[in-house]
Amino acid sequence: MGKELAKDINIGDMPAKAADDAAISVRGLTKRFGETIAVDNIDLQIRKGELFGLLGANGAGKSTIIKMLTTMLTPTSGEARVWGYDIVRERNEVRSSIGVVFQDPALDGMLTGRENLDFHGRMYGMNAALRKARIADVLELVDLKEKADTKMQDYSGGMKRRLEIARGLMHRPHVLFLDEPTIGLDAQTRRYIWEYIGRMNKEMNVTIILTTHYMEEADYLCDRVAIMDSGRIVALDRPESLKDTIGSDTITLMTDSGGDALVRSLRSFSWIKSICLDNGSIKLHVDHAQSRIAEVVLEASRNNAVITSVSLHKPTLEDVFIKYTGKKIKENGGKDRGADIALPRGGR
Amino acid sequence: MIADKVKGDLYAIYSIWLREMLRFFRLKSRLFGSVASPFFFLAFLGIGFNNIGRIPGIPEGVDYMSFLTPGIIGMTLLFSATFAGLSVLWDREFGFLKEIMVSPVSRIAIVLGRTAGGLTTGILQALIIMLSGILLGMGIPSIQGLILSLVFMILIATTFIGLGLAFASKMEDMSGFSLIMNFLIFPLFFLSGALYPLDQFPEIIKILAYFNPLTYGVDGLRYCLIGISAFSPLTDFAVLGVCCAAMLFLGAYLFETTEVN
Repeated sequence: MGKELAKDINIGDMPAKAADDAAISVRGLTKRFGETIAVDNIDLQIRKGELFGLLGANGAGKSTIIKMLTTMLTPTSGEARVWGYDIVRERNEVRSSIGVVFQDPALDGMLTGRENLDFHGRMYGMNAALRKARIADVLELVDLKEKADTKMQDYSGGMKRRLEIARGLMHRPHVLFLDEPTIGLDAQTRRYIWEYIGRMNKEMNVTIILTTHYMEEADYLCDRVAIMDSGRIVALDRPESLKDTIGSDTITLMTDSGGDALVRSLRSFSWIKSICLDNGSIKLHVDHAQSRIAEVVLEASRNNAVITSVSLHKPTLEDVFIKYTGKKIKENGGKDRGADIALPRGGR
Repeated sequence: MIADKVKGDLYAIYSIWLREMLRFFRLKSRLFGSVASPFFFLAFLGIGFNNIGRIPGIPEGVDYMSFLTPGIIGMTLLFSATFAGLSVLWDREFGFLKEIMVSPVSRIAIVLGRTAGGLTTGILQALIIMLSGILLGMGIPSIQGLILSLVFMILIATTFIGLGLAFASKMEDMSGFSLIMNFLIFPLFFLSGALYPLDQFPEIIKILAYFNPLTYGVDGLRYCLIGISAFSPLTDFAVLGVCCAAMLFLGAYLFETTEVN
């Protein structure tokens, strides 16, 4: 089922005139490793100032795209421009325009945080005064001032990641690449990092491209999300629009008795899109379900139906992901769906 | 524009060198460890064989400690320089190579920065060994000899940094490391005449030794420090100079084409 749907790719609101306001434009980008195709003929436009997410399971090709766009790998075919520069012919210009936080730490464990940042500043040709100022700036941004003179090897995973994000921003890049920025971090640290990422994007107006296999992360952070499967982009749009393609919310009522009568009377409500009754469990498809629960419960008591539980499910990005790829992301499987009363999501 | 680029590259070379220095001096155990094994070779072989009588092939009036010291200096440089070149592998393993490779610094500056770092630490270790040799009885070389020996040390170190870099660029991980140690570095050491005169070898081994850049390095060092040599010092200089340029070029070329996955 997923495969069929995958054909009608939703391009979303892709800008018509790409050249001027495109931070990244990709055409037919492909990377093969021997027989396997890691990235398969990708087209993509990312606008300046956008916070863009590549969402997919491990091995979907997200990191390979990032590696090509950051000049670490040469594409097999196709072309791409980052901030107007060709990723093969103008590598140095691309490198000057971008900041990168790789999936695995890329820090020198024997140096302190400050020394790592200082080395970075030197590689980007900053003089001593500028380095000092920027190091203070970015350390402030990620709350690592107290830890600045500790050796990297004594940092926790979350602190390392924050320092790397700080480093990626230090030379004020136009485009920042974050490859799985919160992988392996605890929930609290992840929240912090989301906050930093959102703030950087807004306050410093940095275009950000992040890859993730966490649905909540893409949903919470990104202006637009591309869902990747086996090296291809199978859907691309704003998280809200993607979730809209799934349809309406679901209210599920469990009844002890009076279910049939309740269903009969509920049929007269115009805002209920569909109803199905299955062995005492009633499923209602409804828009803005949270504002309808009261009415439904009231109607039940009018009909003397005994409700034992009410639950509500809003479409999540994971539902979208399953729809387009036909599979769940394993590590995370079912976590989102298990929570019946979904928290209000979306927006930043 | 071009002047800016050169200036930026020089600054990057200096920065990469600085990082190598920070790392080297921060790890005291590495400093001692790297000097310990050549020192033991020098002390135990030198003292042990010094009183054994005349060793065939060593000119009259030259004791074994004096003969051995330039050889062990060569060994020190061989090991430390190859390690310095191969240290790209560590950076690859720990991810730091990506940080360097994604920066807008030219690849040649990265190679030169690493070479400068390896050169500094290698020569520092070699000087410690030289001092040990002098204290153990080699005798104090002339000032000219000392300066000239530095030139040979630089050439030896650069040659093998290039070699290490070439290997590191083509290796995916550290698994080939012990192979390189056992089948490349040790044979280069034993086939260089560092421990005993080359004319004691059978003909076939001698030919192999002639293809070993370290042979000319050790021979050149002997000329500078104790005034004896198998080849003319000019030959030593010329052969080693060509090897040095070739290896550095090869290392830089392979590093340039490496992909960071």
